[in-house]
Amino acid sequence: MAGTAEAQKQISEITGDYKYGFVTDIESERAPKGLSEEVVRFISAKKNEPEWMLEWRLKAYAAWQKMEEPDWARVSYPKIDYNDIYYYSAPKRKKLQSLDEVDPELLATYAKLGIPLEEQKVLAGVEGAPRVAVDAVFDSVSVATTFREELKKAGVIFMSISEAIREYPDLVKKYLATVVPVRDNYFAALNCAVFSDGTFVYVPKGVRCPMELSTYFRINAENTGQFERTLIVADEGSYVSYLEGCTAPMRDENQLHAAVVELVALDDAEIKYSTVQNWYPGDKNGKGGIYNFVTKRALCKGKNSKVSWTQVETGSAVTWKYPSCVLQGEGSVGEFYSVAVTNNYQQADTGTKMIHMGANTRSTIISKGISAGKSQNTYRGLVKVLSGADNVRNYTQCDSLLVSSECGAHTVPYIEVRNPSAQIEHEATTSKISEDQLFYCRSRGLGEEEAVAMIVNGFCKEVMQHLPMEFAVEAQKLLGISLEGSVG
Amino acid sequence: MLTIKDLHVAVAGKEIIKGLDLEIRPGEVHAIMGLNGAGKSTLANTIAGRDDYEVTNGTIEFEGKDLLELEPHERVGEGLFLGFQYPVEIPGVSNLNFLRTALNSVRRYRGLEDMSAAEFMKLVKVKAAALQMDPEMLKRFVNVGFSGGEKKRNEMVQMAVLNPKLAVLDETDSGLDIDALKTVAEGINAQRRDDTAILLITHYQRLLSYVQPDVVHVMIDGRIVKSGGKELALELEEKGYADVA
Repeated sequence: MAGTAEAQKQISEITGDYKYGFVTDIESERAPKGLSEEVVRFISAKKNEPEWMLEWRLKAYAAWQKMEEPDWARVSYPKIDYNDIYYYSAPKRKKLQSLDEVDPELLATYAKLGIPLEEQKVLAGVEGAPRVAVDAVFDSVSVATTFREELKKAGVIFMSISEAIREYPDLVKKYLATVVPVRDNYFAALNCAVFSDGTFVYVPKGVRCPMELSTYFRINAENTGQFERTLIVADEGSYVSYLEGCTAPMRDENQLHAAVVELVALDDAEIKYSTVQNWYPGDKNGKGGIYNFVTKRALCKGKNSKVSWTQVETGSAVTWKYPSCVLQGEGSVGEFYSVAVTNNYQQADTGTKMIHMGANTRSTIISKGISAGKSQNTYRGLVKVLSGADNVRNYTQCDSLLVSSECGAHTVPYIEVRNPSAQIEHEATTSKISEDQLFYCRSRGLGEEEAVAMIVNGFCKEVMQHLPMEFAVEAQKLLGISLEGSVG
Repeated sequence: MLTIKDLHVAVAGKEIIKGLDLEIRPGEVHAIMGLNGAGKSTLANTIAGRDDYEVTNGTIEFEGKDLLELEPHERVGEGLFLGFQYPVEIPGVSNLNFLRTALNSVRRYRGLEDMSAAEFMKLVKVKAAALQMDPEMLKRFVNVGFSGGEKKRNEMVQMAVLNPKLAVLDETDSGLDIDALKTVAEGINAQRRDDTAILLITHYQRLLSYVQPDVVHVMIDGRIVKSGGKELALELEEKGYADVA
């Protein structure tokens, strides 16, 4: 049979499972297992943090201890033992003087991850590399930060948050936890206490950031919870586009990931935040995989400010994530474009919150959920219009596509309007992937999985077109890979 | 090229094709005519390998290969093409992207490299122009918002780009006005060569005025009851199926 080679390739692709499941053998330094005041102090000390930061962490830890893990999301997982997790792990390396000193194994890891060649060149410091700045977070410590000098010329600060705490304490103090308060939710409080590293970006007044800023997150050490902290501040009239992409190595134990991302946009500023999330989703039988409990929120603080979230979520065993916009400034704009794919036993409960506080604020929500295998995929969204917010407009569109007959798609929209001038539109559809479409593609020469990938990519088009070019290509491939083995 | 022997096909447990034989040689154009429910579309779908069409008996060989052993996309790789009676809409996928993916999938099946973007664009532009398709249509989503005629024209462009050995065209003439019918017929005639074959499935004689068949078959209740030259189509048109059979 002529198709044998191809069929074998497909089989090995399917059974080969998660393509990014490998472990890099770099010695890492860990905090003792479990969570206590000592561990919080250990992390703070490791980061050479000032006293105020330690105090802040300890308060957060105390608050967290009194909080309850939320259970309202449509996800279920075994109870997490918070004392059975390592909260800090760092590769044992001194600060690097130049990129040549980057561990070759680390560079090899990036290569395996399929980080675009251009960005590898950036990492390797090749002359004439394109202007994409990569702040690579390898486990918990930033080991390579590029283009910082060029950004500095533009006045843009782009560095690890640990460095920012030491070098720009006033800026960090001014904005940290102003969008996501310490006690906002259980996982956010936990993050405040133990966050290991993350990214800080400040774009000064009137500056258009000269390049896309990009961070690759990657969980590496076994049993290490990853607690990233990101803070992006766009001052008046500035613009920045930030890309976040992640993959994680294969593990049997479930790994906890509880990041906090805060964005602040002042008058006339714009932040575009794009994510491709591909943490290890667990195996075909639902064993292993990342628990991804993320709090992402933007404050459109200034008038006519704008924040746009675009996410492609294909990974994690359990996802709990609602990138939101608080539209405080008059005329501010919030956008949320999301693709969430679940396969096998994955569970995703994701969506957004658009809180309209200011007059003439507008928001757009486009959500595309694709469920396959035995997975559960929930869109949960809130559109809230406060009484003082006149002439608010919102448009919401939630589409669900079912690839198998054993999966679930759920849409849970909450709409709270306290001002009669608001115009709120909500559209939702759910459909099964069409046999006619599949057969049409197959009778034009596409294999079954290729056909599914094409139809799904078409279904997601409205979201994908909001991704920066280089990300869109990766994300399209990722959709296909994530749905491998889902048909039949 | 295509040899069908004693074919029986059931859909949802009901036998639709009840012992059909057909032999198509390179260079030939065959027309299968018959009323609704005679099993014409079932035959087309079975040749293309659609799920749910259960072959309960008989064989289909294509160039000496057992077609029934192959997946639908493998059949396309071997040189088969099915023109749809109701071409399907694929929102979000541009016609160009669809065509290019299809062509490259077929090329890969045949062990060829992907066609370069420039070469592909050149090919598509030539084929689209020959079928009088507005180049703007290539950028639109596959069949989305296309008129009936535009959809059928699009099928012909796909056929021209994939350049199959055997094209099975299921009611490609239905729902077309006379201008669209002529264009589609030109597309079919362009595909007609010594090394290719075409199987037309149709209700009406109309298309056969523009595409002259070598052999006409009359299909009734899952069987071919009569075969003849192109004059048989005219006879059918005059006398109706009952009298001819």
